[in-house]
Amino acid sequence: MEWPRIEAMLGVYVVAAPAALLAFLGLSALFGARGGERLIARLTQAAVVSGLLAAIAILGLMLARDVRLVPIELGQWVAIPDLDSAHDFHFKLKFVFDRLSVPFVILSYVLCGTVGAFAGVYLHREPGHGRFFVLYALFLLGMIVTSVAGTIETLFAGWEMVGLSSALLVAFFHERPAPVRNGLRVWSVYRFSDAALLIAAVALHHATGEGDFQGLMGSGPWPAGHASLSPGAALFVGGLLLIAAAGKSALVPFSGWLPRAMEGPTPSSAIFYGALSVHLGAFLLLRVSPILELSPWLSAAVVALGLVTALYAAIAARVQTDIKTALAFASLTQVGIIVAEIGLGLRYVALAHIIGHACLRTLQLLRAPTLLHDYHQLENAIGGRLTHQPGWWERKVPEPIRLGLYRFALERGHLDALLNEYVARPFVAVFRTCDRLERRWTDWLAGGESRESDRVSPPHEGGDDLA
Amino acid sequence: MTELRFDWLELAILAPLLGAIWTARIRDPDRARRHCLVFAGITLACAVAAWLDFHALHAPLAHDRWDALAMVFGGEVFVIDELSAPLLPLAALLYFMTILATLRTKVRRFSFSWALVSEAILLATLGCRAPWGVIALLAIGTIPPWIELRSRRKPTRVFALHMALFAGLTTAGWALFAGNAPGSTAALCGAGLLMAGVLIRCGVAPAHCWMTDLFEHASFGTALLFVTPIVGAYATVRLVLPIAPDWALRSIGLISLATAVYAAGMALVQREARRFFCYLFLSHSALVLVGLECLNPIGLTGGLCVWLSVGLSLAGFGLTLRAIESRTGRLSLAGYHGLYDHMPILGAFFLLTGLASIGFPGTIGFVGTELVVEGAVQVHPHVGIAVVIAAALNGIAVLHAFFRLFTGGRHVSSIPLRARLPERVAALALTALILAGGLFPQPGVSSRRRAAGEIMAARREWRGERGMSRRETASATILEQFHTDHGP
Repeated sequence: MEWPRIEAMLGVYVVAAPAALLAFLGLSALFGARGGERLIARLTQAAVVSGLLAAIAILGLMLARDVRLVPIELGQWVAIPDLDSAHDFHFKLKFVFDRLSVPFVILSYVLCGTVGAFAGVYLHREPGHGRFFVLYALFLLGMIVTSVAGTIETLFAGWEMVGLSSALLVAFFHERPAPVRNGLRVWSVYRFSDAALLIAAVALHHATGEGDFQGLMGSGPWPAGHASLSPGAALFVGGLLLIAAAGKSALVPFSGWLPRAMEGPTPSSAIFYGALSVHLGAFLLLRVSPILELSPWLSAAVVALGLVTALYAAIAARVQTDIKTALAFASLTQVGIIVAEIGLGLRYVALAHIIGHACLRTLQLLRAPTLLHDYHQLENAIGGRLTHQPGWWERKVPEPIRLGLYRFALERGHLDALLNEYVARPFVAVFRTCDRLERRWTDWLAGGESRESDRVSPPHEGGDDLA
Repeated sequence: MTELRFDWLELAILAPLLGAIWTARIRDPDRARRHCLVFAGITLACAVAAWLDFHALHAPLAHDRWDALAMVFGGEVFVIDELSAPLLPLAALLYFMTILATLRTKVRRFSFSWALVSEAILLATLGCRAPWGVIALLAIGTIPPWIELRSRRKPTRVFALHMALFAGLTTAGWALFAGNAPGSTAALCGAGLLMAGVLIRCGVAPAHCWMTDLFEHASFGTALLFVTPIVGAYATVRLVLPIAPDWALRSIGLISLATAVYAAGMALVQREARRFFCYLFLSHSALVLVGLECLNPIGLTGGLCVWLSVGLSLAGFGLTLRAIESRTGRLSLAGYHGLYDHMPILGAFFLLTGLASIGFPGTIGFVGTELVVEGAVQVHPHVGIAVVIAAALNGIAVLHAFFRLFTGGRHVSSIPLRARLPERVAALALTALILAGGLFPQPGVSSRRRAAGEIMAARREWRGERGMSRRETASATILEQFHTDHGP
């Protein structure tokens, strides 16, 4: 058998393994079949390990054959030839294995595998054990599809899967309203960023006539490609992609969702918001980095956004009182720096930074539930309490400024409050006014009260998610 | 014209009519439901057979083999073409699933015989291409819901006023248009009236309040069956698309786009489940119109794809809401119900159908939504982006409703609320269709592309046949030039 054929089979398997896991777990849940915890654990192990081995095998073959790009084309998923105009529609199923996707796929499999094994024990006899693993499989599939996507449409499909699974996992403990509210907030931010990505995809289609990354970014393997867009088009498309990345990676001004996401179970917090999901925006910027090169303004915006996010998160992290939120902001600080590195054109540095940071943060988050135990051990070992020494800036910065910064950090930069005040509340107010006007109109037409639904009473006091 | 191998079309229309007469004689509602289900099943089988038969013929148009009605009326009354071929089984499937998933608690409220009458009228509408026939059948189709409202002593004025206006405007519009020389002022007025009538039937804002009113007062099943086949879009394709000038269609497209965003926003702020569903549906049906009025093959194909996906997914979504309502009563969205532990399958199905409607990857709506976005951006490069905004808002609305109904607390119930076998069958059948259509979209998209080609060909042919007077040509050229330069 020829090597390209073997690579293609392995590449398909890399995507098929989590897809099969999702199909099995999802369909059995839909049919109401209750798989035992052991069966779920074994299936998850099998899918993750075999997918990881296939990815490593591809890496080995690429190194052995000195090949830097392995494109795997599975043909047209949808094709609409248009005889009347130049606008054909093609949805190509294409995966690429290159210096960016292979490390990301291996990272995803390693971290998901670790967290899968951890979650099997952590969620033992939890009522939502099966539901967690369905969402876990959806997340894994989304991550793998996004990582190896060869077209922007395929990337979008994976991107959406990651978003949905993340939002539902934030709301995992769904018998309480708070996780559910936070899940909806995460989903709302993701939908906004997904919309930006979709518009960028359509704009790229119009600018270049295709959504294939090889066509968009030049034929050279990553990171050598050169995009063929005008600086103006690059600024527009790149701006949209930056919004998409900012939403997914919780960059300013979307950072408010990251601490909210810590409502989910620790394994999902570790894998999604500490390690993989939060780096997905940076991954997108790396994938489209040839577009960033075309516009100095765009590159400057990426650097600025990264630095602002890093500064904001570094300040906010200092005052958090629970370990998961503190780690979330610490994670965001690093993500901000990674984004700045991408803006400066340091692509390999950014990639190495992502891999190292994701592994470290997963370890820290998985250790988070035992933090108090660790502290006790440490204090027992040194024979006394750990003391806090004031740092350099605490001694030098005047107290009013420190207090101001403290309040800023405690309120997490007022980002959530600003979004509520200037986006959610006006939106709800406008549409509630429209609703009242419609009521008046139908009451007038009906010649009396027209809404039976007004008499429907709420089951619990639920508050208002939207404002 | 090519003939089907059997009289599938007439049988598909006759079976529910006979069924309506048969079930009207049965007093026991549970027995009536079972009999009704048999007739709905026969109808579905005939509609599927018509579709398969038509598909095997590889013809653009076909009619029944013996065509009894043609002998009476002297022309092909019912025909099947690329547009209507999948719509017929879709409509029959919606009725079958709704009747199947009607619980005993609802059988006394839901009139099975009138449901079968509505099904016959709907299938006849979808099998009819003649403008007068479409207008008459659409007008007749508004009578069963009105009768239900009357019999339940509910307010009918809002619904009746809108439907009367729709019937009056389309009738007057077509009479003016067809009875006068093309390009004359009377014909142009006729086209305008026709478009206004069709827009009312489609529920385009601000003429959409009849739909919210119907969901307020009619039984959920009746309201669902009246709106989910989106016959307003059918009227648009048969009556408006062939005759309307490009600029008029683009203007209607913009109004539909505004409706899609407006209804998506309204869905987000609703405090009751039926109204939420109604706005969600309005937003999606407006997206279908946006696609249809793009006047390019991509957008038109997308509109037709979304039509099918919305029909399937939102019908499933509505059936789930109806199933929950039949257990708990009218559902408020102002608080958390926490029903997931009682009905996990219905919860999963609610989420799946909701996600399919917004075009989530791997579901039937994904490709259609992408095509509508592409088509809309081709026609309106800046405003077309509103399609994406509407889809984003709808996505938030769907998850908001899911969280409100299934999470956020623990519902206490002394009786089991889990899904019954018929509901599970309906849910799983629709799930299979939603996922199969999402994972293997090419056959469906190709079929819709052919239908789009035929619609565009009909439009070209009609305009060529009618010819354009010098005055109309000049006015059309000036208007189109104006809209090219300044936007509609």
